[in-house]
Amino acid sequence: MGVDGNYKWVGKRTVRPDGTDKVTGRALFSADSSMPGMLIGKILRSPHAHAKIKSIDTSKAEKLAGVKSVVIGKDFPNLPNKTISIGILAANFSEMSDKLMARKKVLYDGHPVAAVAATTSAIADKALSLIKVEYQVLPHVIDVDEAMKPKAPLLHKKMITVGVDPAPTKASNVASRCEFGFGDLEAGFAAADVIIERTFKTKPAHQGYLEPHGAVVSVAEDGQVTIWCSSQGQFMVRSYCARLMQIDEAQIRVIPAEIGGGFGGKTVIYLEPVAMALSGRAGKPVKMTMTREEVMRATGPTSGTSIDVKLGATKDGKLTAGEAELRYQAGCYPGSPVGPGAMTAFAPYNLENVKTVGFDVVVNRPQAAAYRAPGAPMSEFAVESVIDEMAQKLGMDPIALRELNAAKEGTTAPYGPKFGPIGNEQCLEAAKNHPHYSAPLGPNQGRGVASGFWFNVGGESVASVNINTDGTAVVLSGNPDIGGSRASMAAMAAEVLGIDYDKVRPIVADTSSIGYNDLTGGSRTTFASGMAVCNAATDAVDQMRTRAAKVWDISPDAVEWSEGHARPAGPNAGDFEPMSLADIARTSAKMGGPITGRAAINAQGAAPGFGTHIVDVEVDPETGHVTVLRYTAVQDVGRAIHPSYVEGQIQGGVAQGVGWALNEEYVYGDDGCLQNTGFLDYRMPVASDLPMIDTVIIEVPNEAHPFGVRGVGEVPIIPPLGAVANAVSNAIGVRMTDLPLSPPKILAAIKNGS
Amino acid sequence: MSKHHVTSTVNGEPVEFLCEPQETLLDILRDQLDLTGSKEGCSSGDCGACSVTIDGRLVCACLVLGAEAEGRKIETIENMAEGDTLHPLQQKFLEEAALQCGFCTPGFLVAAKSLLDRNDNPTETEVRYWLAGNLCRCTGYDKIVKSVMDVAAEMRGE
Amino acid sequence: MAQIVLTNDLGRQFTGGETTLDMDVTDVRDLIRKLDQKFPGIAEVLQDGSMAVAIDGNLHQDAWLEDIGPTSEVYFLPAIRGG
Repeated sequence: MGVDGNYKWVGKRTVRPDGTDKVTGRALFSADSSMPGMLIGKILRSPHAHAKIKSIDTSKAEKLAGVKSVVIGKDFPNLPNKTISIGILAANFSEMSDKLMARKKVLYDGHPVAAVAATTSAIADKALSLIKVEYQVLPHVIDVDEAMKPKAPLLHKKMITVGVDPAPTKASNVASRCEFGFGDLEAGFAAADVIIERTFKTKPAHQGYLEPHGAVVSVAEDGQVTIWCSSQGQFMVRSYCARLMQIDEAQIRVIPAEIGGGFGGKTVIYLEPVAMALSGRAGKPVKMTMTREEVMRATGPTSGTSIDVKLGATKDGKLTAGEAELRYQAGCYPGSPVGPGAMTAFAPYNLENVKTVGFDVVVNRPQAAAYRAPGAPMSEFAVESVIDEMAQKLGMDPIALRELNAAKEGTTAPYGPKFGPIGNEQCLEAAKNHPHYSAPLGPNQGRGVASGFWFNVGGESVASVNINTDGTAVVLSGNPDIGGSRASMAAMAAEVLGIDYDKVRPIVADTSSIGYNDLTGGSRTTFASGMAVCNAATDAVDQMRTRAAKVWDISPDAVEWSEGHARPAGPNAGDFEPMSLADIARTSAKMGGPITGRAAINAQGAAPGFGTHIVDVEVDPETGHVTVLRYTAVQDVGRAIHPSYVEGQIQGGVAQGVGWALNEEYVYGDDGCLQNTGFLDYRMPVASDLPMIDTVIIEVPNEAHPFGVRGVGEVPIIPPLGAVANAVSNAIGVRMTDLPLSPPKILAAIKNGS
Repeated sequence: MSKHHVTSTVNGEPVEFLCEPQETLLDILRDQLDLTGSKEGCSSGDCGACSVTIDGRLVCACLVLGAEAEGRKIETIENMAEGDTLHPLQQKFLEEAALQCGFCTPGFLVAAKSLLDRNDNPTETEVRYWLAGNLCRCTGYDKIVKSVMDVAAEMRGE
Repeated sequence: MAQIVLTNDLGRQFTGGETTLDMDVTDVRDLIRKLDQKFPGIAEVLQDGSMAVAIDGNLHQDAWLEDIGPTSEVYFLPAIRGG
């Protein structure tokens, strides 16, 4: 082993262990499970963006034949108004409970106000129509800049901005202010020959997972709860449900279904506690699934933003200072990803003077949820646009300007610490040398470049490696497989054990079958759970070495493990026939019992990822339509455990970023209600919208991981926003600052020249 | 309201079911016939996750009423492999990692097979437009499109 | 002595603006304890899970037992969540 080794399974394009189930329709996602006697649960949602709930009358619904339970806000425990951390997540359970089921006010169109469970879907629908809710409609606010104005309608009458000294005396929609940076901005801008200042806007974008949220929940008469659902973390579901419903974690067993996409959107829960309340009252299991309209109206997209950037440079291209103010929509309660947005904005660059200030602003929208590299795509879009413009003003090649100012090992990151070994420069160089970068462009075509940075995270993971007596192994881990992680776990275990990949069976265990795992997110699974799997496999190897040593009557230190065999470590250790894993496993009963390797870790040493993307577009001057002609994505992933799924994650991130840049937006009516609640109008890219997406994998290993993994999933959604906007700007000769770049905006820009 | 009695052929087997007038074919497949391979992503015909064929024609099962299955032949993802042999498209999707979460995969496979049944030599553009009714949020379509084109070439004997 | 760098927000809340300190500490838990003696109340914020720490460029979250060397550079920063 070791990060520079030649591997038999790591880095190979193996067939994923869960693949056959997924190409035959056999794999069970959240909506695919059923239980005998199961009821159907449904939610009544607010038709107003902001309103006081004057009364709720559920009596007619309760009397309808077939209705077995009805719940409203007061049926859920009231919880302390305090933010607490659970693993890599943070939550305020008072707010979370109010988001699950409104108490005194509804804060967005789609906010749940009541739920029913009935014997059929049709009866549940009928019951919802019989619930009478009396509202007093209040003024609402959706746009982040509007929400920050002094006379904006207030969502929370007592909310005082945190992070401002002295604390304001008046309530506002600004939940908090954060600030990062160092150096002397004034001196930095004074040293600049060119200063560019621009304001950017981005619209909220939905994660767009194809599988709507769903859960089957059974609360038994003895209070034991079983939950089948798809999420990015079965332990997250358990922690949240236990706290929200005030029961012990040991009483809840969450069995992870296959997850049909998450991208951060399934790091929160919407249905499970409601189904628990309904099931507990009815004494029967309850199944709840969202419609696509519910997903769009009431689940977390990421924030819409408004961002000012100021950048200074000398005439020979040295950046002298960077400053940004970021204003992010949080949704109905605090919690936008403005913090990471502010930390990542200038991260690809070596700046001596840098300052970013972020504002977390509540608006009448569903609570923002994580979406791949939360907060970073927007802030980096703004900075990458200004970098592109700076290159133009200086007459420099945009990659050359980036290379001249690139963050590298030893550079102080804008958020404080110095970078260790990173692959930023390698990505820029690979992009510059890629044939794409020098290919000729035709009329109405433009090329755009952008970089991206994400931290990657570690966190808690548990893994077991059970050695079977026939020489095979079962690997248990606790992270839902969202895009091929079973294959990565199996490859790493096979590599450490020295047995064939197809002799290893990876299992995603439920919350009662394995110890705590943080969720699948933050690009942590292959890094942290992969590290746990490696450690557990090594533990099993150590046990097998010890057993071989006992058989040979030598010290365990004199036994080495290679290619799946215990071997004497050298001539001095003695002359013994190597024992295979299967040989040792066969006699396990006689040698102390089953061999199970275990690891329970809080994985430290997550290392950042960088990427550089190149895109060519053609703008139709008649219609304003943008065609993406060619796309190349370069990324440092540390080590590609399974190159095909690394490429796939990069390609998927690009597609999402292109959608965010060109098409996807929320359209609200004057009443604050969402008007595009389906895939027809919320226009995600389809196959005919995209070209092939070329990927270049750079491997600058992370020394903290047994195979050098950094993480993949977050970085690739960051550069597309800036790259596409730069390409369009270059194609039409007008700087585009307001995403998405829909045809009307482009036509107007061509017409007005600004 | 009384239920309709429907007789149909699903994956080569004769089936009978009772359905409410408003129930879709997708409801029937998933809830009555336990064929949950066809997925519900939108219920409005926009995502293609419920793609099936009726008398050989590619449709979204969420846009067809259960009652319309009367006398028709329905094919779903569950009948794409023959016994223990995967269809070449299924095998290629596995080898090329043309899936990540796997939720859209049954719909893509049914749609892609339907394309190759009609056109054994599609261009990349033809593949992309044929599959434009199927949404995938994980893959960026790259490996899906390549897999379909590779299988077409293999089936042509190239 | 190790160089300790706090965020501007921590400086504003607890230290009267001071964000760079030289301290003699052995690990993260020792550092938090000594910071709290100097700036009462800061420990609660540093270990409620909202803050991460970078030691010589390596990022750690919830890592009381991580060693801090005599010449280490230690930065506190907000914990990184993720999608």
